[in-house]
Amino acid sequence: MSSNTSARSEGPQPILSLRKVSKNFGAVAALTDIDLDVFPGEVVALVGDNGAGKSTLIKTLAGAHSPTSGSILFEGKEVSMNGPSDALDLGIATVFQDLALCENLDVVANIFLGQEKSALHLDETTMEVTSWTLLNELAARIPSVRDVVASLSGGQRQTVAIARSLLSNPKIIMLDEPTAALGVAQTAEVLNLVERVKAKGLGVIMISHNMQDVRAIADRIVVLRLGKNNGVFDVSASNEALIGAITGATDNAVSRRAKRLAEAETKTEEQA
Amino acid sequence: MSDSMHKPNDSNALLDRSDIRVTHSNSIADSLKASINRVKSGDLGSLPVIIGLVLIWGIFTVINPIFLSPNNLVNLLFDCSTVGIIALGIVCVLMLGEIDLSVGSMSGVGSALLGVLWVNQGWPLALAIGASLCVGAMMGFAYAFLRTKFGMPSFVSTLAGLLALLGFQLFLLGSTGSINLPYGSSMVDFGQLMIMPAWAAHFFALIPGVVIVVMGARIRDKRQSANLSAKSLTSIIVKALLVTFALQAVAFYLNQSRGVPWMFGLFILLVILMNYALTRTKWGRYMFAVGGNAEAARRAGINVKAIYISAFVLCSSLAALGGVLAASRLASASQQAGTGDVNLNAIAAAVIGGTSLFGGRGSAWSALLGIIVIQSIANGLTLLNLSSSHRYMITGAVLAIAVIVDSLARQSRVSHGKA
Repeated sequence: MSSNTSARSEGPQPILSLRKVSKNFGAVAALTDIDLDVFPGEVVALVGDNGAGKSTLIKTLAGAHSPTSGSILFEGKEVSMNGPSDALDLGIATVFQDLALCENLDVVANIFLGQEKSALHLDETTMEVTSWTLLNELAARIPSVRDVVASLSGGQRQTVAIARSLLSNPKIIMLDEPTAALGVAQTAEVLNLVERVKAKGLGVIMISHNMQDVRAIADRIVVLRLGKNNGVFDVSASNEALIGAITGATDNAVSRRAKRLAEAETKTEEQA
Repeated sequence: MSDSMHKPNDSNALLDRSDIRVTHSNSIADSLKASINRVKSGDLGSLPVIIGLVLIWGIFTVINPIFLSPNNLVNLLFDCSTVGIIALGIVCVLMLGEIDLSVGSMSGVGSALLGVLWVNQGWPLALAIGASLCVGAMMGFAYAFLRTKFGMPSFVSTLAGLLALLGFQLFLLGSTGSINLPYGSSMVDFGQLMIMPAWAAHFFALIPGVVIVVMGARIRDKRQSANLSAKSLTSIIVKALLVTFALQAVAFYLNQSRGVPWMFGLFILLVILMNYALTRTKWGRYMFAVGGNAEAARRAGINVKAIYISAFVLCSSLAALGGVLAASRLASASQQAGTGDVNLNAIAAAVIGGTSLFGGRGSAWSALLGIIVIQSIANGLTLLNLSSSHRYMITGAVLAIAVIVDSLARQSRVSHGKA
């Protein structure tokens, strides 16, 4: 990856840029002309309704789908990915929503799964030290890396999954709904984790449906709607503007509901 | 999140001991306490099978003292070896949450091939054994192919294989029905007579203790220099001494009679190799990973199909090897070889020994422990002049108990947040 370092000389340059990326599944245009930039040390939140194309976009960037048209630039160079391993080699790591951990293996084994050291005589000591280093960088609270993952809480598992993605020294981490299944405290823990990853100078792409989480850590909010870019927002953008962009109109289910409630309220006031 | 977690760790603190919430065992008494707690939370390990073995041996000895005589135990070890090797293969497929119901028939085909090729066709012995193993490997590959290509449950494909292999065995043996292996040949001697000299048995019994000390000291050095907690030198030496003492005692007792059979030595060697492969190599790690969560393993870049192929091929090859050794034990390859209870004894041994039917948990040692339990029951009941009808019923009950213990331990692990 020596070619990657040369492009960093002048000013902030996006690690990852998408230019007019489209993806069709037969007649269905899942993604149409998507533009997206991710800078180092930046958290980009990807929001959108169900079917907006968030997961397709993540899968495209993870190398699971190849785009129908358009170009993906990684550190200024156009790249093509033919599989998940290509994305990993470039430095794009993905933490999937279901984490994909083996519950019967301990934390060290999970962090190194598929990337073990010395095939015929596993170097457990080195792997354990690296695991502790990674987890300490994330200020993670894992009691023992020799515990099986089954005994960890949801937040701790998320930590293990993120530590696992950091092992290959990626430039970008993509998180697919990292807080969806978590409680209040564990959500806060994961958000702290994302901030630490950001502080390390990595680019983060985070999918979330939770506007509160998005506002808490994102630098920019990218809205997708029906497979198209539907605006880039600052975290200070109003909720109405965001929801309007996500649902595609000022007249939508959310606003109609708000209106109906307001009408009902005025009605009761009139009666009283 | 509180500020406490941002506190810099004490510079002297070991990497894995910096979390103050976790209690760690330092002395031998502490580690004893820790293992009792582990058992309480359902992480039973080999404990149930050892308790079961003590019970079974106790009962049989009370009824008939001959059971525990060195001579009988030597016979027991001879009988353990053949089915034990088959059970070792079963451990591999159970580890993936799969099953091979055809190992009995496979071993029958293995012994039939040995008889036909070596005795009838006059092939060299090594070539005939090699051919048996190859047929086993091919059969295992076929199961893995059906599993990975068509998603055919191994339960069904191996059930079909059971019947097909049984037919193939009958076809090979033809109308005569059985082929006698020549007495006095090295093969039959190996299965019936060959015993380690006393000094060799004592020498081999020394090796595990030495390995424990050498490897333990090396790992201890490495962990200490990496700023990790390490076992104390005393606990390593105590463990090595206990193991050495126990093994020497066993060797001494067996040497009162004929001694330790070489065939049992071969079985133990295979168990040790399998244990190393499962716990210390990448392949073994992937076996556990695929058994625990195949989808996660696939996403981690593991070639899941290759793991399935390796497990099924190993299982069927070991079954064929077990059949070859069974032929040498009986000095014949007959239509009865591999039929009856061989199949279920092998599977039961792996499960009784502690390999989970649900995949992802198990060890090579379970084949050894389990087969000793099964053979002890068979041997004890034979000494009592009980027919095979009783033997089947009692073995069935023991298997049921073993699976109940496995399920209970699993529930306990779940309730203790460990499964």
